[in-house]
Amino acid sequence: MAFNYDKYLRVNKMPTLWCWGCGDGVILKATIRAIEKMGWDMNTEVCVVSGIGCSGRFSSYIDCNTVHTTHGRTIAYATGIKLANPKINVIVVAGDGDGLAIGGNHTIHGCRRNIDLNFILINNFIYGLTNSQISPTTPRGMWCVSAQNGNIDPTFNVANLAMGAGATFVARESMIDSKKLEKILVKGFEHKGFSFIEVLSNCHINLGRKNKMANAMENLNWIDSITVPKRKWDELSEEEQMNKLATGVLREIKQPEYTDMYEEVIKAAQGKRGKITQDDFAKKI
Amino acid sequence: MAREEISTGNELCSMAAIDAGARFFSGYPITPSSEVMHVASDLLPKVGGKFIQMEDEIAGICAALGASMTGVKSYTATSGPGISLKAEQIGLGFIAEIPLVIVNVMRGGPSTGLPTRVSQADIGQAQYPTHGDYASITLCAGSLTECYTQTVRAFNLAEKYMTPVFILLDETIGHMHGKAVIPDLAEVEASVVNRATFSGSPTEYKPYDVPMNKPAVLNPMFKGYKYHITGLHHGHEGFPTEDATQCEFNIERLVGKINTVAAENDGLDDQPDYEEYMMDDAEVCIIAYGSIGLGAYEAVNKLREQGIKAGMFRPILLWPSPAKKIAQIGARFKDKIFITELNMGQYSKEIERVIKRDDFTTLFKANGRPIAPSEMVAKVKEMM
Repeated sequence: MAFNYDKYLRVNKMPTLWCWGCGDGVILKATIRAIEKMGWDMNTEVCVVSGIGCSGRFSSYIDCNTVHTTHGRTIAYATGIKLANPKINVIVVAGDGDGLAIGGNHTIHGCRRNIDLNFILINNFIYGLTNSQISPTTPRGMWCVSAQNGNIDPTFNVANLAMGAGATFVARESMIDSKKLEKILVKGFEHKGFSFIEVLSNCHINLGRKNKMANAMENLNWIDSITVPKRKWDELSEEEQMNKLATGVLREIKQPEYTDMYEEVIKAAQGKRGKITQDDFAKKI
Repeated sequence: MAREEISTGNELCSMAAIDAGARFFSGYPITPSSEVMHVASDLLPKVGGKFIQMEDEIAGICAALGASMTGVKSYTATSGPGISLKAEQIGLGFIAEIPLVIVNVMRGGPSTGLPTRVSQADIGQAQYPTHGDYASITLCAGSLTECYTQTVRAFNLAEKYMTPVFILLDETIGHMHGKAVIPDLAEVEASVVNRATFSGSPTEYKPYDVPMNKPAVLNPMFKGYKYHITGLHHGHEGFPTEDATQCEFNIERLVGKINTVAAENDGLDDQPDYEEYMMDDAEVCIIAYGSIGLGAYEAVNKLREQGIKAGMFRPILLWPSPAKKIAQIGARFKDKIFITELNMGQYSKEIERVIKRDDFTTLFKANGRPIAPSEMVAKVKEMM
């Protein structure tokens, strides 16, 4: 039987504002299937938070309590929502410009805090909505409207950034294989702590057309050519690794989750336990 | 009934927030407001509330807005540079109609300015903190007691009008340590205002489908009422729109729900919007607010000892201003009005706007030092 997306969508908001062939719709559907797998009640258990950009519209299509915040601030808003409501499953969606440039500070601190947010970073390597300005993931040498002579800005390795900042679940997948993406999303949703899920996607309109990938398939073929599953990536030489992005679950570790720890703060404040000391943590520094 | 507390303005402010029902604080350290945060860190978890120190000023307000969106009363505290950084998010609070109390303990500016010294130079910023059209509610505490009572009031106004509300302290009053007589907890709790909710069928719920000059009705999240919150212009259901008629209605309603309502009802609630001291037989009127008002009491007393019948008018609700009363003062005192503030005349401009004259005498100071009663006395004597 075909999957019934209507149960999860605001069907009267269809069609989406996204361009024909955009990967965002595939990611939206994979997210919905992952929510169904989790069995979350859309009335009482889920919040979707998004920022500004094409990905910002993500929240308006999912039928639950949704928040469309300001540019770059998704994780900061979501931190308040989650800390005030620890039982709620919070999904945060941002683009590469939103989450890594203007919102970079909140992204690294969300990772560091290990608060239980499910952060989906849709990386299409460009500011798509605003007509093709360079983002922190736009490859050097590509042409963009804000790099009229070719982009010289180095890129973030997004997953490494998340790991360096302390995220306890880090994964990367493209939207080309949506079943695989769904599985990765479920793993991220199941993880207790900050889940950083980078999803590589296409923008053939505002990246592709200007960089010899004039349609969705050409853009996706390029993404396919730069990605390789983690276990294969591990076997590559350092030189080969430089131009490939590993996909799959890249890190999954257990660390105290922030809202759980805050319950200890409440207990300490209410005299139900002693003050929190360094002895409460295996990692002391 | 009343209680006595020996404390500081900043600490009283946070105590009041929790007594008023706040259960969430997020912020970022900044002099001279940090003690508001310190007390929140101590007291909130005792009542099961949440406190978090965020990575920057922007995140400090974002998390508080996020918590408030879900239905939890929230506040943040900062000083002028922090308000500058929070400005865009305050705008989201205005347009999406999210209640929030923003404490600004004012210091000298612009920029890093005079971090540890007093000023009242954020009066204009409180009126228009961010881009676009909206109306701001701003209260200004003029005593330790008011650091408590006006903070409680700020929460009630935020919930009643579904909007961010500023409570302004200044470095002097925030760090002043002394006795404050404050209302009993039971009295405070009885006065608490909670945001309106819709209790009909979730399928019929339209959070922004409200008449002109009325605030949105935002139900707590995760209780079956699913809706969308956005910083974009939005229609009745909260979804983005560019419809010209709707956008015009939105802005007129955002401004009208505060400014028109205040003008029609002579204020926003039943609390005093100003204090008058020795005004009955006064022949000269000193206008001062915040910590400068404390000096003005003494100036009035000294002037009266010297045979000059002085009085003081001290606004508490700065925005929207108590315009009706200000107009009466303008008509009664003619050119015998003396305005003194710790900036280059930010509130004097409002007085001028209301009384449509500028024949008042002023004493402004913007060097981080307070204004002594003797300076006020000398200036008033020159007028007589």
